[in-house]
Amino acid sequence: MSIGLNEFLAVSGLLFAIGFFGVLLRRNTLIIYMCLEIMLTAVAIALVAFSRFNGSMEGLLLVFFIITVAAAEVAIGLAIIVALFRKRGTVQVEELNSLQP
Amino acid sequence: MSGWLLYLPSFFMVEFLFYFLSALILGSALMVVLNRNPVNAVMFLLVVMGGAAGLFFLLGAYFLGVLQILVYAGAVVVLFLFIIMLIAPQTKLKPSPGKTTFAASAAAFALLAAGALALAGAGSTGVTLGEAAPVGHLSKEYGYYLFSVYLLPFLVAGFLLLIAMVGVILISKRFPREEQA
Repeated sequence: MSIGLNEFLAVSGLLFAIGFFGVLLRRNTLIIYMCLEIMLTAVAIALVAFSRFNGSMEGLLLVFFIITVAAAEVAIGLAIIVALFRKRGTVQVEELNSLQP
Repeated sequence: MSGWLLYLPSFFMVEFLFYFLSALILGSALMVVLNRNPVNAVMFLLVVMGGAAGLFFLLGAYFLGVLQILVYAGAVVVLFLFIIMLIAPQTKLKPSPGKTTFAASAAAFALLAAGALALAGAGSTGVTLGEAAPVGHLSKEYGYYLFSVYLLPFLVAGFLLLIAMVGVILISKRFPREEQA
């Protein structure tokens, strides 16, 4: 059994990088939001792995709170996106430029 | 019944499960990013969350794995699907991003991935998954910590959920006076 901490950290880092890639690349607010969720999940994987290999509960409890906050964040963010769509009729980032002079 | 599973060497199962779940998660995450259809992206997000829950199970954090499936696969993905159903029935697909955007994003992705991989490969602790004692495989431990050491954050999290609920109701409420103006 040769799976150590480094393998889990590699998966977590790659997943975080893919989520970051999506946040930069996509122009649809919903997809950007999904990529943010992917980044949060990557951090959660790293924390659980650290917790297991250090033999402490702190990382697991931090993941517990991350999941709670992420649920609240998704609810608020999607409500904001719906309000934005109702007001502007689009969720594409490049068309949401009403603050530009 | 499935007795043959017991005769498989357990290290093979753990290694196989780790690599299988990792490939599944990373491939599905790439498909979330590169897929043009938001509904397909949500379905791949579901696979990512399920695979992450599988990794949690592999690490012995059973409670967090179940929580991940319940909250993400059960609530968040369904919420995303509802919102897509409400606001994105666009039949025409948006044009793909420009070459400059793609090049810059890919460069940032490559830099971040290279950094993460270099950090992860920088020297092993030598402790494998089987040697590290499982921690937090009992839900009792979460209850103990949440109601003693982490009591204040636990209460704050509860208030945060209440605030989120009230905020969502307020944001999605229509104000007739505002719409006339």
